[in-house]
Amino acid sequence: MTGLPKNSTGWFCVTPALLFTLLFFVLPFLGMAVLSLFPKGGEGFGFENYAQFFGNPSYWRALVNSLEVTAIVTAVSILLAYPFAWILANVVPERWQRLALMLAVLPFWTSYVVRSYSWLLVLAENGVINQMLMGSGMLSAPVQLANSRAATVIGFVHFFVMLLTLTIYANLKQLPPNYRKAAADLGAGPVSAFIHIILPLTLPGIMVGAFLTFVLAIGDYITPQILGGNNELLLPQLIMMQIGRRGDFSSASALSVILMAVVTIAYLASARWLKIERT
Amino acid sequence: MMARIVSAVYAALIYGFIFLPVAVLVLFSFQGTLFPIPPFNGPSLRWYGAVLSDQRLTDGLVNSLLVAFITSALATIMGFLSAWALARFWLPASAMIRGIITLPLTVSYLIIGMGLLVMFNLAGLPRSLFAAGIGHIVINLPLCFAIIYSQMGAHQANIERAARDLGAGELRVLTLVTAPMLWPALFASFFLAFTFSWDEFIISFLLTRFDTTLPVEIWNMLRAGLNPKTNAAGSLVFGVSIVLAIVFEIVAFRKRVA
Repeated sequence: MTGLPKNSTGWFCVTPALLFTLLFFVLPFLGMAVLSLFPKGGEGFGFENYAQFFGNPSYWRALVNSLEVTAIVTAVSILLAYPFAWILANVVPERWQRLALMLAVLPFWTSYVVRSYSWLLVLAENGVINQMLMGSGMLSAPVQLANSRAATVIGFVHFFVMLLTLTIYANLKQLPPNYRKAAADLGAGPVSAFIHIILPLTLPGIMVGAFLTFVLAIGDYITPQILGGNNELLLPQLIMMQIGRRGDFSSASALSVILMAVVTIAYLASARWLKIERT
Repeated sequence: MMARIVSAVYAALIYGFIFLPVAVLVLFSFQGTLFPIPPFNGPSLRWYGAVLSDQRLTDGLVNSLLVAFITSALATIMGFLSAWALARFWLPASAMIRGIITLPLTVSYLIIGMGLLVMFNLAGLPRSLFAAGIGHIVINLPLCFAIIYSQMGAHQANIERAARDLGAGELRVLTLVTAPMLWPALFASFFLAFTFSWDEFIISFLLTRFDTTLPVEIWNMLRAGLNPKTNAAGSLVFGVSIVLAIVFEIVAFRKRVA
């Protein structure tokens, strides 16, 4: 390697990662896109899978459900996480902040499956919440909490409150404290300073978190499957159903391409906020 | 004063919300009776015994650790090499290469798994742990690349140049100068990748068959409904993840101090 000119060393080092990504990420995606155009049981090439998606209300409905759940989850998570991150950054004494933050994201590290199962324990008909409410006499019969959209939303919000707390906290800590003093000197009250100075400056952190929330929530199969059940299907559940019950890889591919398109649109919409930069 | 009280109450509520399911999970893993619901009857290690004597679960545990270790090591090595090449060498279309390598970050695991399933299916390759491992490298490589690339600064380039002037070849510069300087980033990337692989479900679910990882085995247990054995297995997975997270935290913290 030493005798080669410098640039070939560069190529030599970048090739494994590049080749791996092309071979096991780009190529499979292209394969999926091609396969989606050859419907199962059809006459070769055709757009039946896509026609079915846009024509069949139950398929179309899955995308609408996914978008609705994701929008609710993103909004609720931001509203819950922002004040929490603010308290961690501004009220908690500096020396305890790291510990407080680490504690706040500890359950973040449980796997999806375990986390959703844990919520099932809490929300089930004979679960902790129902038993507590009935024990205290506030309820006479258990209420149906699991197997509902609300359960899916709770499971998602739990995860994304932690994620958003991280991104928003990081953003709040980067703000120079002088800004708030300057705003006060210029006559702005705390509320006005927050709306005109702090909030706009933390918008990037919110956007990064919101984008991650959107991408991770809309593509997740576990949370809706365990907590939401099959009462209403989200897009990932529909995709899994195509291969699980029907063995229809072509239709599953078409739905995956549609899911990918939705995520890409979200990415383009928020692209200017998301940059990976070298320090 | 009022504001402090409101803050404390709000923070307590959020902490409660965040810890409620985990506390219930762990508490009822020590349940002595057949159902992980109140009233609590214990503590008992009965279900941990059941987990550890369940061959499927212990096999899943070993598989998970193996897959996580091998795939994170490979993802870190490939991420490191490509980050170094893109930060230090002038390569045509380097922005595009960077874009391609980080592309999988924005794609759902479900789509990555589906794509590989479709491709392996067309190629006639059977579902296996090996296939799932490839999927885990796909999700972790862009992450490892981004972490390591973000830590490549100009001062390190000067030290590398000095090493070259003193006669070190590229391989020696890379292994004896660059890698030791970047070890906190390498360590962080390895541990983060390890955690993600250890916790990953959907790709393993799609791409493995009989021999599978622990999250998939736990998923299989869910068919039995609420069961303290599932609590015990979940608590063990959580415990391992916490240890990994703490190691990661310590390493990341050290780096900032240094």
